[in-house]
Amino acid sequence: MAETIAFYLIAAVALGAALTVIMSRQPVYSVLCLLVTMFALAILFMMLGAYVVAALQILLYAGAVLVLFLFVLMLLNLSPEQLRRVGSFRWRWLGMLMAGLLGGQFARLLSRPAPALWTSGNPPPSGTVAELGRALFTTYLLPFELTSFLMLAAIIGAVTLARGLRKSD
Amino acid sequence: MITLQHYLVLSGLLFAIGLAGILTRRNILFLLLSIELMFNAANLLFVAYARMWQDVGGQVMVLFIITVAAAEVTVGLAIAILMSRQLRSLNADEAHALKW
Repeated sequence: MAETIAFYLIAAVALGAALTVIMSRQPVYSVLCLLVTMFALAILFMMLGAYVVAALQILLYAGAVLVLFLFVLMLLNLSPEQLRRVGSFRWRWLGMLMAGLLGGQFARLLSRPAPALWTSGNPPPSGTVAELGRALFTTYLLPFELTSFLMLAAIIGAVTLARGLRKSD
Repeated sequence: MITLQHYLVLSGLLFAIGLAGILTRRNILFLLLSIELMFNAANLLFVAYARMWQDVGGQVMVLFIITVAAAEVTVGLAIAILMSRQLRSLNADEAHALKW
């Protein structure tokens, strides 16, 4: 019972904050609402037994990605008229309609009963550091190494873009 | 009783909200934030299925998704800064020239 109440409460917080992210005029409010969504999702991850993932969600998303967003917002220092000039897509109602249709279809398809593997007595997979690390360095070793290449490519890309900035100014 | 379907529907709705953000906003910063929302919806799906199949693989996949999202956001924000410096605008529609 407590789990049900907690789930609906957190789901409502996540969905409300997500709606505010896309509705807000101010980018700073959007970033902070995205932060609320990520914390709500971290709580859901804990309810699903994924403790390491929940911690990393807060550390990496809230601590690194969203702080990066805030840094860039401060760096750009957007004025209100600059924000108003961008505005929204002209056919925004069409986009809302399409996304609403997609969301309705998702809700309809995903709420169909799944194979009865999920029972309350079923223990969650142990999402501890030891279990996750063992899987990461045995089964998923190749993707793990490939992510380091991806990070390298991202670093080179960011540095290249920053250098082009200095030359053009 | 909270079942797998609850988490799946929540994930689908979050993904649809992120898609609505991409389809309605023109500011490149809002586009990047909406992409983050969609990444998070996918993460929730992976963790829910990891719980269902009693397999830690879904949680490992979330780690990879977080890494990819961090890389994507780094480059995307660098492009946003370049856009605002060179075009004096953050409107994604105005960045239509591949080179000049």
